[in-house]
Amino acid sequence: MTQQKNFYQLEKNILKYKEKIDKLRENEETIDYKEIERLKGQISEEWNRIQPNLTPLQYVQIARHPQRPYTLDYLNYLTDDFLEFHGDRRAGDDPALVTGFGFYRGRSVAFIGHQKGRTTSQRIARNFGQPNPEGYRKALRIMKLADKFGFPIVTLIDTPGAYPGIQAEERGQAEAIANNLKEISKLKIPVINVVIGEGGSGGALAVGVGDVLLMLENSFYSVISPEGCAAILWKDQAAVEKAANNLKFLAKDLLKLGIADKIIPEPPGAAHVDWELTFKNVDKQLHQTLKTVEAQSPGKRLQARYDKYRKIGFFTET
Amino acid sequence: MRKMWTRCNNCRRIQYKQDIIDNLSVCPACNFHFRLSSRVRLNMLFDEGKYELYDENIKPLDPLMFEDSKKYSDRLVQYMEKTSLSDAVLNAVGTMGNVKVLISAMDFAFMGGSMGSVVGEKITRALERAFKERLPILIISCSGGARMQEGVISLMQLMKTSAAIARLEEIGIPYISIITNPTTGGTTASYAMLGDINIAEPNALIGFAGPRVIEQTIKEKLPKGFQRSEFLLEHGMLDAVVERKDLRDYLIRSLHLFLNRSRT
Ligand SMILES: [Zn+2]
Repeated sequence: MTQQKNFYQLEKNILKYKEKIDKLRENEETIDYKEIERLKGQISEEWNRIQPNLTPLQYVQIARHPQRPYTLDYLNYLTDDFLEFHGDRRAGDDPALVTGFGFYRGRSVAFIGHQKGRTTSQRIARNFGQPNPEGYRKALRIMKLADKFGFPIVTLIDTPGAYPGIQAEERGQAEAIANNLKEISKLKIPVINVVIGEGGSGGALAVGVGDVLLMLENSFYSVISPEGCAAILWKDQAAVEKAANNLKFLAKDLLKLGIADKIIPEPPGAAHVDWELTFKNVDKQLHQTLKTVEAQSPGKRLQARYDKYRKIGFFTET
Repeated sequence: MRKMWTRCNNCRRIQYKQDIIDNLSVCPACNFHFRLSSRVRLNMLFDEGKYELYDENIKPLDPLMFEDSKKYSDRLVQYMEKTSLSDAVLNAVGTMGNVKVLISAMDFAFMGGSMGSVVGEKITRALERAFKERLPILIISCSGGARMQEGVISLMQLMKTSAAIARLEEIGIPYISIITNPTTGGTTASYAMLGDINIAEPNALIGFAGPRVIEQTIKEKLPKGFQRSEFLLEHGMLDAVVERKDLRDYLIRSLHLFLNRSRT
């Protein structure tokens, strides 16, 4: 098998068009809207050519794209007066998970999201979006606050996974994740999960369960990274493509498996090419979903949440 | 022909195999606790070794048509033949110290005790049965974590089982988690860590990330005893480390305490 192209090689033309659009928009008084539309058309054309042949591993590269909008970008667009709350009241604060309250469409909503850094120093400060136990415990603290005040919770998932470190193990990484799962199942308020990029295993799951799972079109949610899977099952890093092909972790796969409830479309060229349109699509779906889930009584919602996971599994009963 | 002699992997001493087996599969020389099959576990814990299996009719499928060096479906058949098990957990009911209990025992010999749909389903059914029949439940973990061959379906079993434990909490039915060597990944990050009490056998490897992954990430050697039972006890993650020879008695005593039922 020949080595497939990296997505970043495929999207070169799209990024050229995007750069031109950005340039045209620089001076607000002289924006050439017609030219922008023409360039957008070219992006669509190029995307329609590339998109049908994308492999699972190339989708992973999109989901991890360094220009893709991150949690704080979404919060900036979706909320007013977002206040970030810090600390787990046990050991520390985890910059890899952002938590707080903000006004979303005029009312208080709790937001919890993984934050990857964009510059090198930000990435290090955010630990590449890999939480420690403090992050999960902080997230649970904020979720319980939301429950107490009756605010819905929206989680934005974008992490390579929980951090595999010495201190993380000492302070109970596994316990922190497990406890979140158990406690989230008891929250009376609506919990909406949105996978905006990378849904990395237990590290994603600990804030990635609730009433409705929305996935961006080019996001993924997996039991293990394709790299990790290749190393363990094939004992060969070069097998990462094969691992990606087997794991069935794309949004469309999860929809088919009955795990994801809805796919949020991304603009031509994927989310990083048009943040604004991505935010609009997320906003629209989020609003609709919240309305539906909030219409249920808390008792019904808790039962439905239990049933949602209860029925996931494939086996025979003879 | 049966091998009479064996070498302990831990202390390297050569000993009679039968001596080790007679000692509950614990090395008489160095106290190393060898791995046990789920059946031996159940025999060891239930009164007179008597119990009844349930949910035996639940068998795995290959929903993703997963194929690495072998097809997952072929692997399943192989493991079934090798272990005479249908998957990596046995659900059993019986008595311990005359208290009726449910025990779910994982089996490392079946694909490293990995948790896929069947393990998730059987553990959940056991927890739901404990809820419905108001029976205390013990889960003996021995698992490399979520089963990669069932992808994200395996990952979701973490939530399925944890939500069932949340329901048990509502009615005050005791759940005791017994963690044995090794228990890592998704199993630790769900029911293994969620016991009303968490008990481990000595020197068991227990953690979220595997030691090799951590070493590769931090590019350092791990401290001695890292992620072992005693380390977890020291860091507050376990209630007790109990030797195998004392385990049954310890569990019976805790069951009586949880049920507020004196043994005399
Ligand atoms: Zn020995």
